[in-house]
Amino acid sequence: MDPDTKKCKESKPHSSNSNGSKCSHLKFPDEALEKVLSFIDSHKDRNTVSLVCKEWYNAERWTRSNLFIGNCYSVSPEIVSRRFPRIKSVRIKGKPRFSDFNMLPRDWGANVHAWLVMFAEVYPFLEELRLKRMTVNDESLELLAKSFTGFKALSLLSCDGFTDDGLKFVATHCRNLTELDIQDSVAVDVGGDWLTCFPENFSSLEILNFASLNSEVNFESLEKLVNRCKNTLRVLKVNESITLDQLQRLLVHAPNLVELGTGSFMQELTPRQYEDVGSAFSNCGKLRVLSGLWDATDLHFSVLYGACARLTFLNFSEAVLQSGELAKLLAHCPNLRRLWVIDTVQDKGLEAVGSSCPLLEELRVFPLDPYDLDHQHGVTEQGLLAVSLGCPKLHYLLYFCRRMTNAAVIAAVKNCPNFTHFRLCIMNPGQPDHLTKSPMDAAFAAVVKTCPKLRRLSVSGLLTDKTFESIGEYAKNLETLSVAFAGSSDKAMVCVLRGCPKLRKLEIRDCPFGNAALLSGVEKYEMMRSLWMSACDVTMKGCRMLAREMPRLNVEVIEDEGSDDGAKAGKVYVYRTVAGPRRDAPPFVLTL
Amino acid sequence: MLSAQLGVEGQSQCNVSLMASSASADCITQNGSSLKERNYLGLSDCSSVDSSAVSCGADTEIKSNLNLKATELTLGLPGSQSPHHQELSFTALLDEKQLFPLIPSKDAQKSVVSGNKRGFADTVDGFSDSKSAMLGEGKNWMFNGVGVMLTNKPCGTQPLVKTEATTLKECGNNVNNGGSNTNNAPAAKAQVVGWPPVRSFRKNSLAATSKNNDEVDGKPGPTALFVKVSMDGAPYLRKVDLRTYSTYQELSSGLEKMFSCFTLGQCGPAGAQTREMMSESKLRDLLHGSEYVLTYEDKDGDWMLVGDVPWQMFIASCKRLKIMKGSDAIGLAPRAVEKSKNRN
Repeated sequence: MDPDTKKCKESKPHSSNSNGSKCSHLKFPDEALEKVLSFIDSHKDRNTVSLVCKEWYNAERWTRSNLFIGNCYSVSPEIVSRRFPRIKSVRIKGKPRFSDFNMLPRDWGANVHAWLVMFAEVYPFLEELRLKRMTVNDESLELLAKSFTGFKALSLLSCDGFTDDGLKFVATHCRNLTELDIQDSVAVDVGGDWLTCFPENFSSLEILNFASLNSEVNFESLEKLVNRCKNTLRVLKVNESITLDQLQRLLVHAPNLVELGTGSFMQELTPRQYEDVGSAFSNCGKLRVLSGLWDATDLHFSVLYGACARLTFLNFSEAVLQSGELAKLLAHCPNLRRLWVIDTVQDKGLEAVGSSCPLLEELRVFPLDPYDLDHQHGVTEQGLLAVSLGCPKLHYLLYFCRRMTNAAVIAAVKNCPNFTHFRLCIMNPGQPDHLTKSPMDAAFAAVVKTCPKLRRLSVSGLLTDKTFESIGEYAKNLETLSVAFAGSSDKAMVCVLRGCPKLRKLEIRDCPFGNAALLSGVEKYEMMRSLWMSACDVTMKGCRMLAREMPRLNVEVIEDEGSDDGAKAGKVYVYRTVAGPRRDAPPFVLTL
Repeated sequence: MLSAQLGVEGQSQCNVSLMASSASADCITQNGSSLKERNYLGLSDCSSVDSSAVSCGADTEIKSNLNLKATELTLGLPGSQSPHHQELSFTALLDEKQLFPLIPSKDAQKSVVSGNKRGFADTVDGFSDSKSAMLGEGKNWMFNGVGVMLTNKPCGTQPLVKTEATTLKECGNNVNNGGSNTNNAPAAKAQVVGWPPVRSFRKNSLAATSKNNDEVDGKPGPTALFVKVSMDGAPYLRKVDLRTYSTYQELSSGLEKMFSCFTLGQCGPAGAQTREMMSESKLRDLLHGSEYVLTYEDKDGDWMLVGDVPWQMFIASCKRLKIMKGSDAIGLAPRAVEKSKNRN
């Protein structure tokens, strides 16, 4: 129970009406209620608060300043602007996650512009905008830059659609900018000129992340900018074009960095330069997070040693390391909580993780070459086992491998029962247990049985319906489930939909689930954020039935193969909405 | 089941020209096309025929048989075996077609027969009698994909096969198409859209591949442009420095030399020299013929045919090379055309 709402009730004045059961009898000034509610930040709590009664609904909506929209099409700008008059910070998510893997055609949607138009009109005091998987054009960035005088933080995570020009608007006009983060965003034709657009007196930047830009940037401007912001800059993540000696010059100006993303680590340095870089790192006493590290090898690790002991998050996902190299570095990093590596470190490297990093909580192992014929490289069940043995606090796993066994997974979750995120990707679709050749059902059954806190699960390998029966039965806290090339029949999906009470996002591809499975969730989908099904056995008829049955769901079929009932629905995206069908749907998206 | 696989080759589209039924191992009909001239007939047909029927649900046993068979070294074209094998391979074929790299899996569900001008059965018999010099070296060919067109040259005949002997052993699984089941067909190493689920920007940069060399001073930038080259069927990858070539012809010769060992006989660790040796000229024919096509992955992650763009543009955008079986490359041509249209 929210302590604030309790407080609210307890401080009810002793009114003459001792039966204070009806809110309308409460002589509780709105201002007081609003004051109390202003302490509540979590949007989930606020949503609950707003359901209590009309007074509370109103008090809540007047005091909400952070807006979170998990699916940009679930609500419209008009509805939002009517309900919440005083928004200062906005977070919106757009495309379904599978768009990351090129499964959504271009120009599918999730363009932020309509939102910005509304914000410009209704929220002139907007300070923060954080977007994920949305399309952001230069016009939108221009509108943003020119509409909000107090604008502070722009974060574009996995977005696309903008160029150099858009960033120039932001740099030029946002005088109070503290954060500019375009992590993982795809920007075409973005050079580095936007860096020159920050005004001479601009010095408030705290976060700057352009690591995913793939072009040269204007180093001089960057250096000057970092120098001007040396007192405030906490997070700096540059892109690969920045060399080591350039990095050194930046670090000298930014000793207060907490998070650093380096540029390329592949450079021949003179001994003197080595020293300089090394001491620059050592001087960053607050450094906790290190990423970038393109092409880092142990030739250059020594420069990092001065900072390693304090590191809590090391992101080596751009460095192709061998096991020995990783082991060598990790020996200096006993406080690591999060580690991202490429699978070239192999099982031996993961053994080193297990032995050097007892505090590890998160491990992500990415494949060097997901499509490579060469099966010699990579990690296997041994690596997973080794990490689980050495890192009992592990609760987040993302593991790409070409070999796995039930036994290893069962043992791993026994060693680490606190998993909240378990994402195992056996890269060959439908691959069985490497040793026994049986399905991987036992592995995932163990995961859901042993890890009661599990919130996110991605399954892979050869899986029958049994896996999904287990998931439905045991995964009571599961919120996100990703399934590919798995299951034997509709029953699998039915079990999940009937069984997981907290399920919010379900994404399925290439599974033998048809209309019966789709329709079994008809009561569930309104309680979820979204459902994605692609390359399954669902037909247009099933989609139409669902759409008819549930008017508050948008049932969208992308790239349908024909509109007759029997035609397969290639990609189906179902989500709850109060905004009705999309008004901006491109021709290849059919809303049923 | 290799032979069965091979038998299937004949079952492809009308546009496929089959190897002339020359018994002579030396006779390799070549269309003599250079990389640039490669032209896939009936491209527009291609999309409609690129699909394959929903898997007939070949069961696991068949698939594992295929695995075993696939490791057999055989001479001659497939289809010279029993009709039973042909049938089995048909289904395998269909499954593999679904793995076709650049075609979204949904396409795989269209009927394969729909666009065919010639049915499977028609071509099977014609094919089954022919022998292929290509196969002379005993490589394990595996048909990949129905609806594959290699060339419009009627005289050229090429087995529409691709195979990875080693990968057949190692990959136990087939990619399921949406409509099918979870049988464990051996996965032809074709790419499925969006799988594995890795963000495209995460693919390694050129600098990373060059770092894998033993170059001590592997500087990125204009001094060297190493790209990985893989060849279907070769047990390991090679790397080439694109800057050492200045024309497509040079690149092609360089690759021929580099990969000659893979087709002339097994020279890798797997090795017993049990295969028939092939002459250099045959190899050249191999690379220049529609048997193999040279493809590359560009900066956007798309696979394109080599030879479509000017050399300089090519090396600026090429991240990786792959010598594919002609059958695999079927979807590439339209892509390349589309892409250059977009660029214009």
